[in-house]
Amino acid sequence: MSTTTTLAPVLSMTGVSKRFGAVQALKDIDFDVAAGEVVALVGDNGAGKSTLVKTIAGVYSPDGGTVVFDGSPVTIHSPSEAQALGIATVFQDLALCDNLDVVGNLFLGNEVLRGRALDEVTMEQESWRLLRELSAKIPSVRIPVASLSGGQRQTVAIARSLLGAPKVVMLDEPTAALGVAQTAEVLNLVERLREKGLGVILISHNMSDVMAVADRVAVLRLGRNNGVFRVADTTSQEIIAAITGATTNAVTARAARRAPQEEQS
Amino acid sequence: MTTAHTPPPADPNATAVPADLQDERLIASPGVGGWAGATWQRVKSGDLGSLPVVVGLVLIWGVFYALNPLFLSSRNLVNLTVQMVPIGTIAIGVVLVLLLGEIDLSVGSMSGLAGAILAVLFVHQGLNVWVAIVAALAAGVVTGLVYGLLFNRFGVPSFVITLAGLLVLLGLQIRTLGKDGTINLPFESGLVQFASQQFLPDVLAYVLAVAVPAVYLLSRLRTNQRRSGAGLSAAPLPALALRAGLLALLLLVAAYVLNRDRGVSYMVVLFIALVVVMDLFIRRTAWGRSVLAIGGNVEAARRAGINVKRVYLTVFMLCSTFAALGGILAAARLASANQSSGGADTNLNAIAAAVIGGTSLFGGRGSAYSALLGIVVIFSISNGLALLSVSSDVRFVVTGAVLLLAVVIDSLSRRSRAAHGRA
Repeated sequence: MSTTTTLAPVLSMTGVSKRFGAVQALKDIDFDVAAGEVVALVGDNGAGKSTLVKTIAGVYSPDGGTVVFDGSPVTIHSPSEAQALGIATVFQDLALCDNLDVVGNLFLGNEVLRGRALDEVTMEQESWRLLRELSAKIPSVRIPVASLSGGQRQTVAIARSLLGAPKVVMLDEPTAALGVAQTAEVLNLVERLREKGLGVILISHNMSDVMAVADRVAVLRLGRNNGVFRVADTTSQEIIAAITGATTNAVTARAARRAPQEEQS
Repeated sequence: MTTAHTPPPADPNATAVPADLQDERLIASPGVGGWAGATWQRVKSGDLGSLPVVVGLVLIWGVFYALNPLFLSSRNLVNLTVQMVPIGTIAIGVVLVLLLGEIDLSVGSMSGLAGAILAVLFVHQGLNVWVAIVAALAAGVVTGLVYGLLFNRFGVPSFVITLAGLLVLLGLQIRTLGKDGTINLPFESGLVQFASQQFLPDVLAYVLAVAVPAVYLLSRLRTNQRRSGAGLSAAPLPALALRAGLLALLLLVAAYVLNRDRGVSYMVVLFIALVVVMDLFIRRTAWGRSVLAIGGNVEAARRAGINVKRVYLTVFMLCSTFAALGGILAAARLASANQSSGGADTNLNAIAAAVIGGTSLFGGRGSAYSALLGIVVIFSISNGLALLSVSSDVRFVVTGAVLLLAVVIDSLSRRSRAAHGRA
């Protein structure tokens, strides 16, 4: 599949910084995602991924830098502002209500009303439309979410994020704690989001997932950009090197020592 | 697969199978037999609903009837229905706070204070009875407002706030009543007449017993129509008719038995109407949905954009207001307000009724009907034991044991639901 970086980015951040007291969590971060593109955001623990995600989602406001969304500069003060702009976030803990059914969870906080009462029929119909669009495998939308598998719960969370017709969807570790089949299910879903022309930001620790669905990989290290790679012309080794900091790593050091020897022999 | 009620294929997208039954993993259960089977499966997996209460109630009535046939006499049953209303009304409010996973321990004192305010304004100050009622209800609104604000502002557990409130309200109640400590309401006043002397005409009771199931059936049929129109499955007609028929039978028998004595009290009608209205609010409005969501997962509700603080505030206010209303009805029924009104076991009976009726202490599960079912159980026990002239010490022990049993059933069914993948 050809990468689509020639398109104008739907979300673009330049020189974004954020500090917490004495800690510089983000420094001069440049990051962008285009419509119909999956950008993976990777980095070690403490690299600033979560801070960047929360900055985009409106949980934190950046200390400096510019954010351009859909061609115009914006400042995002709250999660609801981010949602109103068209940035949907699926957090790692999904935030579903186990006691409510799938319809209840999908429309939580955005209930369709008919007069003063809930319009269950329209909501159920709309739920099925949404889930079929994602080719989601959920047997019934009238069962409590507690009875769904991890992948199905992830599907519900992602489907819910699509209700407000967003332009950018951020998925925080969507495949963590999922089995093989369920991971494949969620990755299929990511493909489906790209086909729908959404910009997808995928935060993940899992290199094989990243290589499987992402178009580009943005690496953060210690709060700074540490390279952007096109998946088509890179290897996971290269990305891991960027994540861990190639020059200081025992593995790469050994590889570097070996390389000249191999040339000699 | 064959379905009896396929929507007409006017819409080219309409498929033979309704949209919600297309997944091949769904176990098809068409018709009435399937519906019964599905219900049985649900019960087996721990989704007991109101089944344990109904079974328990039948047992309790059977035992008391065996010990003293007077228990099921029309006269005693009319007494039972009238006795249970004040605390039942308080229990509706308790159901609401329990749905949020919170608690209000001060409902008893609140009802006592409301009764005191009513009596003082109505009897001592000679104000219009409606003014006195509104003032007593307003006291409930203000109390709930204070609880809600304290809860939202400081995040103190509702358990502690309302425990403190219990003492404060008790003090206010005693202060309001003044030196005498007891104020009698004039027996001929409309309020007292309403609570103890006024009953539905027999015919009206029968008409209601038929009209309510009819309205239920019609609204379900209209829902079915809309669902079919939207390409969704509709509930099987015989099952609906069966339910409506059973409901009508139950109401007609109740009306007949009660009509053989004085009949159905207006106060009882008011109580049941309140239960039905609150049930509709909980199940059918966005507010009710957010109450259930907060009870299930506060953080999820907050992230979904629900104004969590406002929901807490409204629920605490409603709970205290229902407690105040219960206090007003209690004062009206007994034609008196005194220092021990709302004391003793009022608090625990109201909370026990909600829990026995099937509202979970853990939040997020339950219905307004549990106030009705639970209060019938509790008052059946205390009424039955009183008929056997058992002293109040035994009554406390038995009621406590039943409460414990109800909580154990709640915990067990919660565990079973978890094992069967139901919330």
